Amino acid sequence: MEIRSHKFRQNAADALANEQLQNALAHVRSKFIQKRAKAVNNLKAFDTLRDNATAIKNHTLENLDVYLEIFEEKVIAQGGQVHWAATAQEARGQVLDICRRVPAKTVTKGKSMISEEIELNEFLEQNDITPVETDLGEYIIQLRGEHPSHIIAPAVHVNMDQVRDDFRKHHTHLPEDRVLEEPKSLLLEARGILRERFLKADVGITGANFLVAETGTSVIVTNEGNGDLTQTLPRVHIVLASLEKVVPTLEDMSQILRVLARSATGQEMSVYTTLSSGPKRPDDVDGPEEFHVILLDNGRSSMLGTEFQDMLRCIRCGACMNHCPVYHAVGGHAYGWVYPGPMGAVLSPSLAGVDKTGHLPNASTFCGRCESVCPMHIPLPKMMRHWREREFEQHLSPPSNRRNLKLWAWFAVRPGWYRLMTRFSHLGLRILSGWSGSIRWLPFARGWTRHRNMPGPERQTFMQAWQRHLVERRKS
Amino acid sequence: MSTRSEILKKIRGAVGGPDEKNVRRVSVEQHIKRHPAGTLPSKISSKAGAIKLFIKRAKSADATVEQCGTANVAEQVASFLREHNLPATCRTGTDYKLKRLVSSKANLLELSEGPSDGNDITAISCALGGAAETGTLILVSGPENPTTLNFLPENHIVILHEKDIVPHQEDLWKKIRKKYGSGEMPRTVNMITGPSRSADIEQTLILGAHGPLRLHIIIVKG
Amino acid sequence: MSSPPNVAVFVTCLVDLFRPSVGFATVKLLEDAGCSVHVPIAQTCCGQPAWNSGDRKDTREIAEAVINAFESFDYVVAPSGSCAGMLKKHYPEVFAGDEEWQGRVTAFAAKVYELTEFLADVMKIIKFDYAVKADVTYHDACAGLRELGISRQPRALLDALIGIKRTELKDCETCCGFGGTFSVKYSEISNSIVSTKVENINASSAKMLLSGDLGCLLNMAGKLGRDGSTVEVRHVAEVLAGMIDSPPIGDRKQPRRDKIS
Repeated sequence: MEIRSHKFRQNAADALANEQLQNALAHVRSKFIQKRAKAVNNLKAFDTLRDNATAIKNHTLENLDVYLEIFEEKVIAQGGQVHWAATAQEARGQVLDICRRVPAKTVTKGKSMISEEIELNEFLEQNDITPVETDLGEYIIQLRGEHPSHIIAPAVHVNMDQVRDDFRKHHTHLPEDRVLEEPKSLLLEARGILRERFLKADVGITGANFLVAETGTSVIVTNEGNGDLTQTLPRVHIVLASLEKVVPTLEDMSQILRVLARSATGQEMSVYTTLSSGPKRPDDVDGPEEFHVILLDNGRSSMLGTEFQDMLRCIRCGACMNHCPVYHAVGGHAYGWVYPGPMGAVLSPSLAGVDKTGHLPNASTFCGRCESVCPMHIPLPKMMRHWREREFEQHLSPPSNRRNLKLWAWFAVRPGWYRLMTRFSHLGLRILSGWSGSIRWLPFARGWTRHRNMPGPERQTFMQAWQRHLVERRKS
Repeated sequence: MSTRSEILKKIRGAVGGPDEKNVRRVSVEQHIKRHPAGTLPSKISSKAGAIKLFIKRAKSADATVEQCGTANVAEQVASFLREHNLPATCRTGTDYKLKRLVSSKANLLELSEGPSDGNDITAISCALGGAAETGTLILVSGPENPTTLNFLPENHIVILHEKDIVPHQEDLWKKIRKKYGSGEMPRTVNMITGPSRSADIEQTLILGAHGPLRLHIIIVKG
Repeated sequence: MSSPPNVAVFVTCLVDLFRPSVGFATVKLLEDAGCSVHVPIAQTCCGQPAWNSGDRKDTREIAEAVINAFESFDYVVAPSGSCAGMLKKHYPEVFAGDEEWQGRVTAFAAKVYELTEFLADVMKIIKFDYAVKADVTYHDACAGLRELGISRQPRALLDALIGIKRTELKDCETCCGFGGTFSVKYSEISNSIVSTKVENINASSAKMLLSGDLGCLLNMAGKLGRDGSTVEVRHVAEVLAGMIDSPPIGDRKQPRRDKIS
């Protein structure tokens, strides 16, 4: 996926002008927040579980090399294969090699953000292999030729009318006069169509919510059951997982599961949590004959030991974007790369380079709500600030901003000069605000006054008024 | 150098030197061996309490639940099928205990055996256990209860013995370790909480996505 | 009886420039609470503009100046959760790893409070000996809410004031879209966020909008003013101090209201 994060400003403006998108985003604003709040309030131990989950991931990251080795040993012992990929290109190549050897014409896919990150679908198509997304949301956006706008609700930007139009356009073998009025009828139509695909696929590709080192198990968490059919029916199952997905034990996984669904959809548990360990066993009557895990680094090992290590605790629940005022305003596509919202504002610069994604950590009000709902206590605003520090150090922030900042800072450590400067600023603002008390046009903050007034200042600065007050007090 | 060793070297450089890797491996293996359980939220002291909570949570996840004695399982299945106007044919695995339960003198049900190819309307499986905390069923793969039965048929009936209802999923990890060996797993473990669903269209929840449209749990007493 | 605590007011740069009334209300509330109030002359800004722009060096210089000017007092109180949060939560990060400053910054941070937090939790104010008639709603400014956990205190103080009718604002914990330079750099997004906020304000029955941070108040008042709304916008300190006869934020006219008998 081409990085469009440098056009964030334009992307955002387009998103704000898109009425249909704005209507769709209203669902995020209301439904996700309410559902999570209810689920969290119903579990007294939620905060303790958050602390535990955080500690588990910290411990794992501090021993990531050892846990990955143990995971690998267990997978191999069960007859599975582990492939290590340093880059997206390497991972794509490994998938293709497996598909060619099968040989595969069609691959079904469970929802995977790693697949988006390595641009797998485009690559498979170029190599004459048809990828079929099977998660309903992913299926819808695949038909539309789009990318996910949310990490757990990929089609959250699309409304029902659009889905209906897409289904009529693409499902041409079905009767034209069929009724598609309800979300239910759309879902059943997708179920019918994808059922055939599931049964015909040669390879199934899924992501992983966890990799359990203890047992060499890959775990997916879903509601639709599509991921399960993806990994049960075809002859070959490929798991695409990034390094940091590993957890030590089944018990550790269970601790994190308790905060995952509640934070994501407000469920206590997602419908299906499926643990896969190796290929089918000699007496099994179903399941894949081959089990491959592709372990993708793609920049993550470089985050270890830095101020961005905590980001590797992320379990991709989406709570940060569900509670983000900026995401609510512009949606996920405006962020211009795979991962939107606050987690994307931290992760995208790490994986794709801050020179290309510099807007993302800057386009935040630092309201802190993302951190307050993050089940893994990831200090997202702090890490966005770290990116701003890197930009500042590397002179990536606009020169005019830096000049203004330096000038202001010069005054800020010289109180006498600062007083003088505020008196001039005050005078200017006072004149501009005129009789109304509000400024409708401000030369250095036109962005502000384009949309709202700048309230004018009172008669004097506080420091002027306070000196006068002290004099009067002494007199009386 | 292979990609594998390059990645591992990079990680090692960030989290600790190569010498102390073996020290960390020992402590990591100890953690895995002890597999501490962390915080278990539900305070459940009795079996009856666990069963009651399981039923409540499973129902809140949109499963339907019935309780009956060993003699009435076939009748319960038949009544579920009648209620939903479904044919009396069911697919099962080779689980002989399950078959004994759903067979009846009156031949209420027509049973066929094996994995599903997608043409079965109803499947019956037997769960390894149920976690009361969230109303979650745990099923394991194998010829007794093939995994495809959990997902392909539109209706999934799961037999759960009272004795297999435990407070938390952690209790079932213990059971799996005991049955398969420490660190060993059946190929697939399915944790199932309610019938399949999707909220991908306008965040409106609809039951019945790619998996079963209905999940019916029969809790067998004694 | 012990001597009154020496409290230094950190006025904040926005109150200094735009709204001295908030500073005077703060001084009054602290004096009424029995504090000996000081306004150190050597204060400018807490350094957030530099800190949030990634400029650690200038932040550090500003932070040193603030600590030098304020550390001798018993308490440092600011009528802003955002600035108090900077002083209390972020200064320790600014000096992280600096052993020489570690002790000083820790001691300094422990003295810092946001105004309503200080009045309710330290001075234990539970009543006022005057009444203020106003129909208000309260927006939780983000930094105060999430960095300092301020939510209960302003509500408790308002509810202790006779004459106040207080209703809760829908989504009161959602950001107003200010975010410092964000409001200028990403003004379209900021505008979208504040528009949603203003919808909620207009949907409430309250005639007066209160909050604890002047930045957010300027943003919301500016939007309400542009939309021609009649909702009066004030800092919560002004109401608590009974100083609501001055023109509200963004206005030059004194509000008309009935006198309380």
